[in-house]
Amino acid sequence: MDLLVAVALQVMTGIATLFLISLGLAVIFGMMGVINLAHGEFLMLGGYAAILSVRHGINLWVAMFLIAPLAVGLFGLIVERLMIRRLYGQMVETMLATWGLSLALIGIVTMVFGNTVGGFSAPLGSVQVGKFQFSAYSLFLIGAAGLLAVLVWIVLRRTPYGLLARGTMQNAEMAAALGVATERVYAVTFALGAALTGLAGGLLAPLSGVVPTMGTAYIAKAFITVITGGAAMLVGTLSASVLLGAAGVLGTFLTTPVLGEAALLALAIVLVRLLPRGITGRFFQRAL
Amino acid sequence: MPLSRRQTLRTLGLGAATLAAPAVMRHAALGADPITVVGIHDASGGLDIYGLPMIACLSFAVDEVNAAGGLLGREIKLINYDPQSNIQLYTQFATQAATSDHAAVVHGGITSASREAIRPILRRYRTLYFYNTQYEGGVCDRNCFCTGSTPAQNVQKLVPYVMKKWGKKIYILAADYNYGQITSKWVTKYCRENGGEVVAADFFPLNVTDFGATIQKIQQAKPDMVMSVLVGGAHVSFYRQWAAAGMKKKIPMASTTLGGGNETLLLTPEEADGIVVAYSYFQEVDNPANKEFLQKFHAKLGDKAPYLGGELAMRTYVGFHLWAEGVRRAKSTDRMKVIEALESGIAFDGPPGRTVIDGKTNHVSLDVYLAEVVNRGFKVLEHFPNQPPADTASVCDLKAHPNTDRQFVIDVKI
Repeated sequence: MDLLVAVALQVMTGIATLFLISLGLAVIFGMMGVINLAHGEFLMLGGYAAILSVRHGINLWVAMFLIAPLAVGLFGLIVERLMIRRLYGQMVETMLATWGLSLALIGIVTMVFGNTVGGFSAPLGSVQVGKFQFSAYSLFLIGAAGLLAVLVWIVLRRTPYGLLARGTMQNAEMAAALGVATERVYAVTFALGAALTGLAGGLLAPLSGVVPTMGTAYIAKAFITVITGGAAMLVGTLSASVLLGAAGVLGTFLTTPVLGEAALLALAIVLVRLLPRGITGRFFQRAL
Repeated sequence: MPLSRRQTLRTLGLGAATLAAPAVMRHAALGADPITVVGIHDASGGLDIYGLPMIACLSFAVDEVNAAGGLLGREIKLINYDPQSNIQLYTQFATQAATSDHAAVVHGGITSASREAIRPILRRYRTLYFYNTQYEGGVCDRNCFCTGSTPAQNVQKLVPYVMKKWGKKIYILAADYNYGQITSKWVTKYCRENGGEVVAADFFPLNVTDFGATIQKIQQAKPDMVMSVLVGGAHVSFYRQWAAAGMKKKIPMASTTLGGGNETLLLTPEEADGIVVAYSYFQEVDNPANKEFLQKFHAKLGDKAPYLGGELAMRTYVGFHLWAEGVRRAKSTDRMKVIEALESGIAFDGPPGRTVIDGKTNHVSLDVYLAEVVNRGFKVLEHFPNQPPADTASVCDLKAHPNTDRQFVIDVKI
């Protein structure tokens, strides 16, 4: 019984982690269609924003929940203005430009902070579940992921901005004809995606440590999750995180960490083969 | 995708090197006066936690010898290359060291994977090679001197000590490459010899940072201790997550790798204190030679002096001095003459104690220390002088078979 609870919690942590690293990309790629190959570096910047703030004596929660998303969101706004804005609809050019951005960011951060692993300890201590002990922080991550999912849903479904954003992404010309400032909507949406990514980077920093090249460990998984999820960005990413995260963690439990990772990738391949338009191409089609 | 970038760069770089080669060679032939020594250590990337202190110690040793008048009246010119934790760059720099720098000796390599990448290259180009890192043992090659400690020296002391202290059931976590795989076999061997049991061994690629599922698996297996054979910056997350789950107070830990670099500085005392390790040196070793060394080291480097922790950096210092002694005795930098001098049993009395080269294996006998992490440093618990490289000696005899060129995977009877 204890073991079941322990495994279940661990599976949920794996799902939450996958969801967190993919959410920002779901907005930028899933919703806006921008292939952002610098997504991993946005995560990395969030991690550095958090870690530097903590080192300068700022409260840990403020650093993770405010500074990391604000810093990366702002950075996203600048990137959108200078680079992405000129490339909407040009897939290859966007890929090249964001890949260049990714390499440049890794290089710049390495020059400024050095290619060493930084980190701070996870707060909150541990909790006892029967015979097993957990880092309370990973439980907190599960909560944070759930909360974020709800928040994003509310913003996109229940606010005027959400309506404009969804309309603009669906048909930008029609939205513009109806008087929507589509350029601004694009900019804000990109910044929102960047901020979500920065937040994820900040939240993961105490667990994984930060290093300039950390993005490369996450970017493939993030893209796989969003693509497996399919058209409905929020529900798609969530359902893909559930399936892939569970496969990864259970695989690790039953076999070895290497095979666990392989199980995640194998499942993604099978899913995309069976459901070429993603999970939400067949199920939850009307969802967000 | 980074791969294709590297390949492109490499192709371009090789092209440029080929074009420039005649010019470089002419230049090298003119300036034959100083003795060139090449160091290849990762100054960036995930392995920099080991590489940076090693580079500092190698440079310090070279400066020491130069300040005392150099070798054979010639100055030593040290070239440090940074392979950026990338094996491809190791092979490139090793080739460069041998063919265009005409190095008298190459010191370098941190992971066993990097050593096995450059060892054949340096042998082929007849360039002497020193590998100054603790490793899994078994390398048998007259051209390669291994000056770090091996499992028969460190694990053999560590495992019985912690088993006596904590109990008989061990859970092994190891890095997934030759060092981790082979070392975990040695841990298993010494554990069984002492009447214990290895309940499980898990292996992790070097870039794994999430150990959550493993921490649950360990709790389920209920071992008396965890033995960490984890390597590099990413794996440091394990110690953080272990402490964050509150496990540190419940299951004690020993490690064959922690403190090899600056891990103890990255971790807080709550995360690392009490972990027991065995190396052939700790900065905290209390003897006059070490005191004198540290005083000079800190006087020279000031705030930039790295914490030396476990043995890797110190073995690099010792390795260079062993080579220098070999050159003095051979009265030449000629490779075969230096090898023969070194194999005659050269010794160096330094901060870690006395290091003697064993001419049969080209490994060394050295002093081994047990220590536990205390407040970002180590507290030395026990000292075992003069430990021979018994593991490699059981498979390697360069006196009888001087042309051997391989790493024996020692048949660990488990």
